[in-house]
Amino acid sequence: MIWPVDLIIMLLVMVSGIGAIMVRDLLGAAVLFGVYSFLMCLLYAIMGAVDVAFTEASVGAGVSSVFFVAAVFRTSRRTKD
Amino acid sequence: MEAILSSFLTKYNYWVFIGLVMIGMYALIAKRNLVKKIIGMNIFQTAVILFYVSIGAKQGSTIPILDSGHGHDAHHAVQAIDYINPLPHVLMLTAIVVSVATLGVALALAIKVHQQYGTLEEDEIAAQIDKP
Repeated sequence: MIWPVDLIIMLLVMVSGIGAIMVRDLLGAAVLFGVYSFLMCLLYAIMGAVDVAFTEASVGAGVSSVFFVAAVFRTSRRTKD
Repeated sequence: MEAILSSFLTKYNYWVFIGLVMIGMYALIAKRNLVKKIIGMNIFQTAVILFYVSIGAKQGSTIPILDSGHGHDAHHAVQAIDYINPLPHVLMLTAIVVSVATLGVALALAIKVHQQYGTLEEDEIAAQIDKP
């Protein structure tokens, strides 16, 4: 673990997590959730959990983002909060 | 006292875990949109996965793959201190797959709710349920 890289990625994870629940556009929230998931995968790879990292990258970031975009496409895109 | 404080401050993974759990709980409780609630649920799950992976990590060790596990030079004794603990990783592989399954079910239910009521906001759905 190299601690400056670790701290920067953890800060980015917090920022993208807050952004994913604060943004008013649901498609933007889905894209920010994909960013959050990929940064989390980077964090697992730093901590040496390589298998968890590539499972998170393929399943967590890839398939989850596709699910969110499909659900937003079939429902409404705007939100009030 | 100082040793306890410095060991708390240097294990910053756990602070990030606490922050992510609080972000996820806030989205689950305070947000009224159903998709925002589902995003909060996923943030909560990934925070728990981060906690478990942080338990397994240690300083100055490598990934748990044996360099001389088989073949002609397979005579070394394995020192467990040299390797990261792989047990939380294996548990969290299952948790990731289960989280995607719950995400799929939750989004399918949200789509059905939107077909029934025409909205994803919780207060509007409650108003439509109370009306007739």
